[in-house]
Amino acid sequence: MYRYIVRRLLLLIPVMLGVSFIVFTIMYFTPGDPAKILLGERAPAAEVAALRTQMGLDDPFLVQFFNFIKNAVQGDFGRSLVTKRPVAEELFARFPATIQLAGSAVLIAVAIGIPVGIISAIKQYSFFDGATMTLALVGVSMPNFWQGLMMILLFSVYLRWLPSSGYGTFSHLIMPAATLGTSSAALITRMTRSSMLEVVRQDYIRTARAKGLDEKVVINKHALKNALIPVVTVIGLQFGYLLGGAVLTETVFSWPGVGRMMVDAIRQKDFPVVQAGVLMLALAFSLVNLFVDILYAYIDPRIKAQYK
Amino acid sequence: MNKDVDTIDQNGMNRTHPESGSALEGASESASVVETKPDKEPKQRSQLAEVWRRLKKNRMAMFGLTVIIIIILTAIFADFVAPYSYRTQNLRRVAEAPSRDHLLGTDELGRDILSRIIYGTRVSLQVGFVAVSISIIVGGFLGSIAGYYGGRLDNVIMRIMDILLAIPSILLAIAIVSAFGGGLVNVMIAVGISSIPVYARIVKASVISIKEQEFIEAARAVGAKDLRIIFKHVLPNSMAPIIVQGTIGVANAILSAAGLSFIGLGIQPPTPEWGAMLSGGRMFIRTAPHIATFPGVAIMITIFALNLLGDGMRDALDPRLKQ
Repeated sequence: MYRYIVRRLLLLIPVMLGVSFIVFTIMYFTPGDPAKILLGERAPAAEVAALRTQMGLDDPFLVQFFNFIKNAVQGDFGRSLVTKRPVAEELFARFPATIQLAGSAVLIAVAIGIPVGIISAIKQYSFFDGATMTLALVGVSMPNFWQGLMMILLFSVYLRWLPSSGYGTFSHLIMPAATLGTSSAALITRMTRSSMLEVVRQDYIRTARAKGLDEKVVINKHALKNALIPVVTVIGLQFGYLLGGAVLTETVFSWPGVGRMMVDAIRQKDFPVVQAGVLMLALAFSLVNLFVDILYAYIDPRIKAQYK
Repeated sequence: MNKDVDTIDQNGMNRTHPESGSALEGASESASVVETKPDKEPKQRSQLAEVWRRLKKNRMAMFGLTVIIIIILTAIFADFVAPYSYRTQNLRRVAEAPSRDHLLGTDELGRDILSRIIYGTRVSLQVGFVAVSISIIVGGFLGSIAGYYGGRLDNVIMRIMDILLAIPSILLAIAIVSAFGGGLVNVMIAVGISSIPVYARIVKASVISIKEQEFIEAARAVGAKDLRIIFKHVLPNSMAPIIVQGTIGVANAILSAAGLSFIGLGIQPPTPEWGAMLSGGRMFIRTAPHIATFPGVAIMITIFALNLLGDGMRDALDPRLKQ
């Protein structure tokens, strides 16, 4: 088990190097001269050229890339072209807001998805099942930025219950988290339901019933535990996915997270921020996936046995 | 003409009597209609025909398919369906609520929202289908050579796919569009690239399961070249999972493109793109909420229909649900 974790962590290094290379290459070919952006459009050409040399922008592509990696490993992602402050500092200041948003969204999704999915499976083909499955499909089909706007319309404009944007209090969090969590809630509901249905058909469930166990015990003790194993994977994947999906939700609600920072940075051609932002979210995404795989191995004894 | 008939048949979408699955029947039939080679066609056709037969029984999936066909027809005949032009501004009737003249109201520049949504079907369907085609062609090619040859080539390709998968796809699309600029073509490419790994994995898995079968060995024995085997024998037999994933993929591509346009990186005005329309209406959410509402409804209906169809196809393909 321990060796498995170490191996997976080591595998992360080439993946992150690859991600860095892709992101760096994309940004390298983006039109716009960072030196010019820093000095302003009307700066004299000689000054721009001097700054380019100083920033290493005239070095060959690969040299620039290796310098970028060398600095990145030490936590230095350069300075923002707009605020002139270190990028790492700015990103870390914004990161908690994104984690908070994605975390709350996952909590909402799990709190809704698992119980509803279980009930749906137990009462397969009932009215409840049909209604929730339709709702879940609607949840997956709604663009979350539109859902966010509709919630603002209902709860801020008409009912005046919740603030339409901002950050800090619990009431600020409700709508963004609900918006971001909806499609995950829908997916987790569907996953829980189909996984439950799969497990309930197994022989050992029939055995449990045959020996006269109470249906509640059969479901809670025998079916649920096994049914939730694949659901855990989906939850983890969703959390990773939400870190990326937060870009849109943060824009709708002016949530001060990494996502909105990146959208602003793209508009202002603030390359170092975009670069570091994508890297940071990709790293978080990979770490979450790794964590899920480990957790998966941990809760499923069959997999754990393989790595002993 | 003959070609058209053949494509429709291959998709299994238009066959009313798909039971002609046996090798002999299928071969003689296609020989009489089209001058095709009777090699592996019948098997492939029967698999998709079987899926279609089961899909037809699924009422929700059929509902989804009907809605999609209506949307496609709307896109094709937009010039006849739309009551107004999508770009004519009427600054005297700005941000009007729905009325008899303008069934869904007018936007911030006095353009008819219904007409813009109708023309918007063209943009969204194009983005959806082209982006997914890019992912399927590139991902399918990479996946099939990785699966067919295995070994080091497989390793290199799949590790690159792992790297692409490590970047959440919407972020990758954002990065690409921010570098090369917005616009219809770039959005299609960005969204297409960001889901290449998904198809590479699916195709690789199904190529591996097919390449050990006897008919592939037979093809190799008669001296067919690798590429011919991959394109003529392996890929046609792994179409089913690709088509299912592709249907859901179109939905995701439309959502991603709308998202990109919503944050201002995607398709630029005055092109009537649903996400961009929504984004334009955002400022007026307090005074004229209909501007942002209706384009979102259009997106939702389209995605919902595609998901219904995709779900139905997945169920139809699931061998465990076979009766």
